[in-house]
Amino acid sequence: MDDKTAKRLAVMLAEHRPAVLEAWGATARETLRGRLGRTELARQLEDTYSALQSAFEGGATTAEDPAAAELRDVLVDLSRSRARQGFSATETAISVFGLKEALFSALTDKDAQTLSDYTALSLMVDKLGLFTFETYVNARDAVISEQSAQLMELSTPVVKLWEGVVAVPLIGTLDSARSQVVMERLLQALVETSSPFAILDITGVPAVDTQVAQHLLKTVVAAQLMGARCIVSGIRPQIAQTIVSLGIEFGDIVTKANLSDALQYALRESGIDIARRSTSSGN
Amino acid sequence: MDRVPVLKIGDLLLVSIQVDLEDRLTTQLQEDLAERIVSTGAHGVIIDITALDIVDSFVGRMLATIASMSRVLDAETVVVGMRPAVAITLVELGLGLRGIRTALNVDLGMAMLRDLRQLHMGLPGTTPEDGARDLAGIS
Repeated sequence: MDDKTAKRLAVMLAEHRPAVLEAWGATARETLRGRLGRTELARQLEDTYSALQSAFEGGATTAEDPAAAELRDVLVDLSRSRARQGFSATETAISVFGLKEALFSALTDKDAQTLSDYTALSLMVDKLGLFTFETYVNARDAVISEQSAQLMELSTPVVKLWEGVVAVPLIGTLDSARSQVVMERLLQALVETSSPFAILDITGVPAVDTQVAQHLLKTVVAAQLMGARCIVSGIRPQIAQTIVSLGIEFGDIVTKANLSDALQYALRESGIDIARRSTSSGN
Repeated sequence: MDRVPVLKIGDLLLVSIQVDLEDRLTTQLQEDLAERIVSTGAHGVIIDITALDIVDSFVGRMLATIASMSRVLDAETVVVGMRPAVAITLVELGLGLRGIRTALNVDLGMAMLRDLRQLHMGLPGTTPEDGARDLAGIS
C-alpha cells in the first residue's frame, strides 16, 4: 500500500460511512446476541471506523504506522473491554473483521481500481484483527493471573474455634504454592495464638492425590515439630477410598470425618468436657 | 568466656539459647545442665530456641543428647519456641527431632512438664487420658 492508496481509502470510507456502519453493526450484533447494548456497540464501531479513517487520512500504510497510533489505542480498549466482559475470541475478532464484509457490499461501482484498493484495505484489516486478538489474549491472561493472586489471598483463613484450637478450612485444589502459603499461615497462627491444637479441614478439597497428601503431611509434621498437634478432618468417603487405593500412609496422624468430631477430640484432649445444661423443660 | 545461662524456676530449669552454638559451648552447656539438675533436684528442663534461625542436624543431636541425659537424671526435657520457618526447613529437609518433646511456648512447655510429672508420680487428680499427651511426642 502506498500513500495514494491510503488517501483514496480515506475518501472511500468517508463516502460509504452510514451504509458500512449499518451493515457492520448488524453483523456484530448478530454475533454478540444482545449481550452488549446497541448504543454501546454502535459507539465502539463508530470510534473504530473514525480512527481507521483518520489513520488513512494521516497516510498510514501499515498497522504499525505511527499515524495509526490512535487506531491501535481504540482497538486495545475494545479488546480489553471485551475480554473483561467475558466475550469469546471470535466475538471480539468479528467486531474488526466484519468491516471487510460490510464495506464490500456497500461498494457500488466495483472497477479495477476500487477492487485493488479494497484488497489493500482487506490486508490491513487482517493485520488489525490479529492485533486485536493478541491484545485480547493478553488481557485475558492478566485477568487470570489477577484472579489466581486473589484466590491465593482469600482462600487460606486461619480461624480460632476455641481457646487453644485453630482451624484452616481448605477450599479448592492444593498445589505446592498454595500449600506453602497454608503451612506458613497456620504455623504463624499457632505461634500468635499459642494454640496447642490445629485442625486442617479438607472438606472443600475436591481430590487428594499423592502430592496433596504429601503437602498435608508436611504441614502436620511441621506443626508437631513446633509442639502443636494437628488433626485432619473433613475426609469424604471417596477421598478415603482414594487415599487407601493410592497406598498413602497417614501414620499416627489423627483423622476425623468432620470438623465437629475434630473439635470434640481437641477439646477432650485439652481436658474440656462439654455437658448439656439441664433445663426446666428438659425430658 | 561465653556461657549459656541455666535459670531455675520452681522445680524446673530454663535454658534460653540466644547465640549460635559451637562445639565448646555445647559441651559446656551439657556439663552445666547436668550439674544443675543434680544440685537443684529439678524434674524438668525447658530449652527455649525462639532466637535460633537455623536448626540443623548438629543442633538436633545436641537437643537429643540433652534430652536423654536429663532423662537419666529423672528430668524430662521440652524444647519450646521453634519458629515456623525453622519447622518448615526441617520438614523440607526430611529431618525430624527424634525423642524430643516440643511445645509452642514456655507456658505450654511448663504445663506439659507438670502433667508429665503428675502422670509419672501417679498423683491424684490425673486420669489415664493425660497419658495420651505423652505419646504425642514426635517419634
